[in-house]
Amino acid sequence: MSADQTQLAFDWSCRVMSDNGCGFPAPGLHSFLFKPIATVGGFEFNKVMLLALITTLLVVTFFTLAFGKAKVVPGKLQMIGEAGYDFVRRGIVYETLGKKEGEKFVPLMVSLFFFIWIMNIWSVIPLAQFPVSSIIAYPFVLAGIVYVVWVSLTFKRHGFVGFFKNVTGYDKELGPVLPLVMVIEFFSNLLVRPFTHAVRLFANMFAGHLMLVMFTVASWYLLNSWLIPAAGVSFIMTMVMILFELFVQAVQAYVFVLLACSYIQGALAEHH
Amino acid sequence: MIANLVQLAAEEKQNPLVPPGPELLVGTIAFAIVFFFFWKKLLPNINKVLEERRAAIEGGIEEADAMKVEAQSVLEQYKAQLAEARHEAARLRQEAQEQGAALIAEMRAEGQRQREEIIAAGHSQIEADRKAAASALRQDVGKLATELAGKLVGESLEDHARQSRVIDRFLDGLDDAASKAEAAR
Repeated sequence: MSADQTQLAFDWSCRVMSDNGCGFPAPGLHSFLFKPIATVGGFEFNKVMLLALITTLLVVTFFTLAFGKAKVVPGKLQMIGEAGYDFVRRGIVYETLGKKEGEKFVPLMVSLFFFIWIMNIWSVIPLAQFPVSSIIAYPFVLAGIVYVVWVSLTFKRHGFVGFFKNVTGYDKELGPVLPLVMVIEFFSNLLVRPFTHAVRLFANMFAGHLMLVMFTVASWYLLNSWLIPAAGVSFIMTMVMILFELFVQAVQAYVFVLLACSYIQGALAEHH
Repeated sequence: MIANLVQLAAEEKQNPLVPPGPELLVGTIAFAIVFFFFWKKLLPNINKVLEERRAAIEGGIEEADAMKVEAQSVLEQYKAQLAEARHEAARLRQEAQEQGAALIAEMRAEGQRQREEIIAAGHSQIEADRKAAASALRQDVGKLATELAGKLVGESLEDHARQSRVIDRFLDGLDDAASKAEAAR
């Protein structure tokens, strides 16, 4: 494995217009590879896994502190926790599924939102600086859970025939194009949907990370001779990208949960 | 350069869309823990508290409503009492006025009566005096007339006059004439 422990470790002497003739150490797929920190019985434990577990620890710890000894008159931490909880519960779940149907999906959606958000935020946290969700495995797991939930729910609600009517968008009024629509809908809903659900999150964080790494590396690489102002621009861009990424991280967590809710809503919907 | 080549070789094997197995496992475990805590412990906890808070707020509102209703009823009661008192006062004043007027009228009637009584008493007194004076006068006049007539006749007519009451009849006739004349006038 050639990839370094962290993707930022590169040849420090490599600068623009320096005489050792090296090119711009552009970030690439290798930026998403990590050497294992530890190997336990053949299981290679790397930085991203560590971050994922710290994410779990953080979310659980924060909400235990906030909600563990919840009071009717909330403290500061509980107030913040409640604001986040209420945002997901009321702002996403109740909005899409309604209070009655949505209630039992609240725990799943709240977990998804905060888990994804913290995984994303690692992107701009010093020392971590890597969004866990830019490794496709993590979005896949989450999208897979949502997929299993809504597919099984559709079966439960509509039965076997109803399930196929639901996922194929069966509608007699379509007439001759019905077979075509059914094939497209079947593929789009049952096969492509979980993939796009996961990849949407993954690709956003992946691209964001590449941008951040590129500007960061460039800030250093350009810091030579008369290109020093360009390095300044690159550094400012890094700052701008960090702010932008903070926004994207929250938005992607929100979108992921919103889509999960809308899939479940589709599963609950009566076929007409 | 060698490092770069090795890197390229590694990248050929690396497809960012193919999830590595161990990461799938770690991701599942990490999320499962988060979900478990939220599902079993934290959200039931906070939901209970939110429910309690809602109940407390609604209880407070209900209490305030009850107080408001009570205040309203007390106000109504107070207003009713006030109106009653005003009515009562007006009634009493009216009554007093009536009583006063009755009293004055009574007093006036009494005064009138007393005045009339006094006048009547006066009148009868005067009448009695007049009668007494008239009868005394008559007697004197009769006596004088008899004496005069006796002096003229030469003998006492007293006894005879007393017996015959001539003089009296004469005087009565005068009286009658006088009263007749008075009535005619």
